[in-house]
Amino acid sequence: MIRLLLLLVGGVLLGGIVHLATIIVLPRTASQDAYSRLTPIAPVNTVTALPGPTPAKAIMPLMDPAFAMSVCRYDLSQGPMKLSVPVGLAYTSVSFYNDHDIAYYAINDRSAGRHAIELDLMTPEQHSEMPEDENITAADLLVVESPTITGLIAIRALAPERGQMPMAQHAVDSAKCQRTKTPEESN
Amino acid sequence: MRLLLGTLFALVVGALVGLGGTYLALTRGAAFGALRIGAWTAWPRTGTQDADPYARASIARSGRLPIALGDGLTFMAKTDDAGRRLDGRCDVAVSGVTPAARFWTLTLYNPNGELVANALHRYDFTSQEIVRRADGSFVIVVAPRANPGNWLPTSGVERYMLALRFYDTAVGVATKEGREIPMPSITTRRCP
Repeated sequence: MIRLLLLLVGGVLLGGIVHLATIIVLPRTASQDAYSRLTPIAPVNTVTALPGPTPAKAIMPLMDPAFAMSVCRYDLSQGPMKLSVPVGLAYTSVSFYNDHDIAYYAINDRSAGRHAIELDLMTPEQHSEMPEDENITAADLLVVESPTITGLIAIRALAPERGQMPMAQHAVDSAKCQRTKTPEESN
Repeated sequence: MRLLLGTLFALVVGALVGLGGTYLALTRGAAFGALRIGAWTAWPRTGTQDADPYARASIARSGRLPIALGDGLTFMAKTDDAGRRLDGRCDVAVSGVTPAARFWTLTLYNPNGELVANALHRYDFTSQEIVRRADGSFVIVVAPRANPGNWLPTSGVERYMLALRFYDTAVGVATKEGREIPMPSITTRRCP
């Protein structure tokens, strides 16, 4: 009897370890997470408009149907990226996710405070390599540091009323995300 | 032989407890730092880099892209204020006022997080679309049959959940549970 009880306690302890291990490993092995779902439809380093969710079809669960959305799947291994998003009528936001769908930064039209949200995305290493003397250090340049080489930018614009959806869609469609030209390339 | 059987037993118990616990944690949406107000629950840290392993596992498994905390905050409700499961065959009223935010949206999903088909193609309300009372409060009726005012159709599905999302709001990580945040109440009015 005691032996059985001991085995049971041992089993439960083992279960705790199995539980924690699966929870920690799961995000690394998930094949149906948002990033994997977007990989086949969103080419790297360019803006892709996503169709709005409908009852029959949605790229991801729990999408907000009041928003028009586009994504830019980025890869910083070739160099920093430049992002510019025109601000829509009501509310426009840009959120940055790492390749495990964890948000690390977000900015909206009001915090950007201009007609367009413009910023540079780079890794901390690329940021520290940036020359300090040039005009790139101008105060109006917003630099976002990505904790990972690859990740996802979600550009979302709200249509406060349904009739405004085409305008919101247009705003997110005209967002631009491209690799920053190095001085050698632009010459 | 006894040793072998014993080890096997412990291993089976371990696998059941471990995988069962993981399954439960992911389907029940367990994560630390939940903010509960009435029937509504939000996980502010899920939209940040401080997301705990449970939140990360749940995000990966569901396939959703959580709203970043700097963008907005999602509150989910699966029951009414009395703890009764939201039933699409009943008339449910979502009424009151909301915390300060530039915009909010209320969306109805089935338990898988998909929109529920209806003839009106009405899946949500935004804060600009609703008709309000003179004092600024509102009532949204979530019901299978047409209602005057703000009607969110359920199509008679047995179970659903509501997502109330606030955009550009101060409600977030620093918000403590139990502090006065005005959230709309959810009441089941009539059930066939």
